[in-house]
Amino acid sequence: MSEAVLIMLALGGVCGAVLSIASKVFYVYEDPRIAEIEYYTAGANCGGCGYAGCSAAAVAIVNGKASPNVCVVGDAESSAAIAEIMGLDTGSVEPAISYNDCKGGDRKEEKFSYIGVATCKAASSLYSGNNICDIGCIGMGDCVKACNFDAIKIGEDSFPVIDQNKCVGCSACVKACPKNILSVKTMSERLLEFNSTNGKLAPCRQTCPAEINIPKYISQIKKGDYQGAVNTIRERNPLLLSCGRVCPHPCETYCRRGIVDDPVSINQLKRFAADYEMNSGKHIPIPCAPDTGKKVAVIGGGPAGLSCAYFLRRLGHSVTIFEAMPKLGGIIRYGIPEYRLPKKVLDWEIEGIINLGIEVRIDTKLGRDFDLQSLFASDFKAMFLGIGAWNDYKLGIEGENLKGSWKGIDFLSSVANGRQINIEGKKAAVVGGGNSAIDCVRTLVRKGAKEVYIVYRRTRKEMPANKVEIVAAEHEGIKFVFLAAPTKVIGNEKGDVTHLEYLKMKLGEPDASGRRRPVPIEGSETTLEIDILITAIGQSPDISFMDKDTGLKELKTTRWKTIDNDPLILQANLPYIFTAGDCATGPSLVVDAIGGGRRAARSIHLYITSEAEEEEENKINKIQPVENALYKKHIPESIFESLEGIVKKSRVAMPELPVEERIKTMDEVDLVISEKEALDEADRCLDCCRLCYNKETTSA
Amino acid sequence: MGDYILLAVSCILVNNILLAQYLGNCPFLGTSKKMETAVGMAMAVIFVLVLAGAITWVTDTYLLKKFGLEYLRTIAFILVIASLVQFVEMFLKKSIPALYAGLGIFLPLITTNCAVMGACLINIKEEYTFIQTLVSSFSYAVGFGLALILFAGVRERVLIARVPKPLQDTSIALVVAGMIALAFYAFKGMA
Repeated sequence: MSEAVLIMLALGGVCGAVLSIASKVFYVYEDPRIAEIEYYTAGANCGGCGYAGCSAAAVAIVNGKASPNVCVVGDAESSAAIAEIMGLDTGSVEPAISYNDCKGGDRKEEKFSYIGVATCKAASSLYSGNNICDIGCIGMGDCVKACNFDAIKIGEDSFPVIDQNKCVGCSACVKACPKNILSVKTMSERLLEFNSTNGKLAPCRQTCPAEINIPKYISQIKKGDYQGAVNTIRERNPLLLSCGRVCPHPCETYCRRGIVDDPVSINQLKRFAADYEMNSGKHIPIPCAPDTGKKVAVIGGGPAGLSCAYFLRRLGHSVTIFEAMPKLGGIIRYGIPEYRLPKKVLDWEIEGIINLGIEVRIDTKLGRDFDLQSLFASDFKAMFLGIGAWNDYKLGIEGENLKGSWKGIDFLSSVANGRQINIEGKKAAVVGGGNSAIDCVRTLVRKGAKEVYIVYRRTRKEMPANKVEIVAAEHEGIKFVFLAAPTKVIGNEKGDVTHLEYLKMKLGEPDASGRRRPVPIEGSETTLEIDILITAIGQSPDISFMDKDTGLKELKTTRWKTIDNDPLILQANLPYIFTAGDCATGPSLVVDAIGGGRRAARSIHLYITSEAEEEEENKINKIQPVENALYKKHIPESIFESLEGIVKKSRVAMPELPVEERIKTMDEVDLVISEKEALDEADRCLDCCRLCYNKETTSA
Repeated sequence: MGDYILLAVSCILVNNILLAQYLGNCPFLGTSKKMETAVGMAMAVIFVLVLAGAITWVTDTYLLKKFGLEYLRTIAFILVIASLVQFVEMFLKKSIPALYAGLGIFLPLITTNCAVMGACLINIKEEYTFIQTLVSSFSYAVGFGLALILFAGVRERVLIARVPKPLQDTSIALVVAGMIALAFYAFKGMA
């Protein structure tokens, strides 16, 4: 017996000795952080994170393959502790939550009737599912079975609904879904998301240059969740008060409802939500990712600059806006008149953006007060150029510099700055057919001009201005002089403008833009008696800083004096410069500038966050364009010719000040719709997706 | 040579450790949900079982038999196999990190696996020589791998099949395991 005990002890001793020697001989350095991190993981070896046990997850975290919040059982506190061990910026502990974009459910149409196995995986293996919509939810609930936290269920409309409080962002549902319906994203990831060709996008959403989730905010308004609607809009557009007023809403042109009756008044609903927030007097708090400590300079505080700064700030970067004018807002402050966008509304909106912690330097102009070297010296890692297009084109005719002759933008910004200009009782002519020409004439009327002409070389049909603006100008008594090309400005001996001479035109063959080209009629010179002449025939960016020694001599520009950039990532030929808005595209819509600002913010974010690991050369290649990006194009299958199952119901009218009243003041003309009207209008929305939509929404 | 082939065939098919001897059912059910995991597990078992077969044969022949302590076989084997796996794990981690990355997570799962233990005890009971032990250990492991991979393939298919609710997941897996075992029963006729 004692023999057996001894043998066993000896065997045990040998094994122990061998193992302890082996542990010395075969010692492999293991990061001590692995053990520390393992302490903070749940220790349940549940596999919810996708790694084989908690220690494997800890190794993955240390190797940077998993984020500190990978543990699905651990709470925010443990993620924070892990992030601290890793010495990471806590940016990476932003909680991720699952989202479902597909609302197919009961309303989706089927290719065939499926009576096979009730799992999405099986159904999708047969002709990629029985839906007409190739990308849509199959609805058998594989995601529900996959979720360990009871956070997802098939809602009453037969598509998955996620309980955001229970969701831990483990991605189990994403892996289970054969259709990529679900996505687990942090706030930063959502802010950097762009429309893609395989997206679940309604036509309006495809059209919006800012890519706002229009059906979502309208359905939130429908439910009375106005704050949610504001937040939804803010994920894509920080200037919702301004856009709600001045946007020419290209989205409405593609509204599916427009096929049957009138498009949904999307923009008025946006304005309703935005005004709801403003009238409540309190800014809805906007969450920002934790600070990254990276500095970005935004040059130009117009819509593009504000949008870029806003998104970069929300991604956690430190942003400074450099603005040449005394106040932020750019063209929407100095170019859009008070009666369309009251300054106090704009101030309130900009205040909300600046309050996120954006530094602002006003009266600071590139080339005059700072240059590239000074920015680099102040540790700015990248810069965004959003300097707009502030140089009016000249007519290039005799007498253009006489007294009483103005450039469109100069005139509008002088009025905006409160400068006294003697207009009372004068006769004025504005040359041009765009929105700024209309802004000029409508401002002139309000400032007491006796007669106001708009001189345009084509006809009303070809005017590039928004149709509603043209109609409003007509109501306000503007005289339209069409088919007229100015040839000479005539002045008196004092140098004041007295007449404008123009040549009558007729329409000829269509030109490259598809508009018929005006052809002058010989000998048809006509004169128009005026005291003020305003030229508003288009603008180009003011790139005078290029001539000075700002370190930007190498910057490439186009022949329209816009800054050349890669259209997909908005990076200029100097890798640390990104650009969007009018200075990159030429004069365009506010909402284009806002969309561009966000696209640039994505590129800048990728550029400055990849910096630590990559060498300078690689960094330039590092910014990948958005995969399968839609880029303002449309998904052909989602654009319908006809629509079934819709009960006609007309669109809400835009309430506005009566003409007699409004032409005397600069008060805002367009008014906000009432809550009841908003709810009625929201109810007209078909809540479209790529293919399916709600039928008979108006019967209720 | 012919004997060894016969031994191999009998260990792989006729006396399949999983389906004929019913040993090692926990990893059989636990790691067969995914083909990828099943293949990894099969490789790990082959690796460990050959080593374990060798070391237990040496232990038994030169230690236990010499001192007439055959009755301590089970406990001694547990000790030896556990230490061996630990040792191998450390060795791989240091010397062959690539192999460790592939098999690493499975090694601890096998430490106290009954299939490994069972195969080693069978080797002794059948009084195999050292070479025979190596062949039979390898073959048992291959048999284990074969059954596991077959089973994983079936389970992946079952996942998209219509299974009545009470039978879903592990229940249907056990039913399937039984049916595969019945199929393997046919190999008995070869012997």
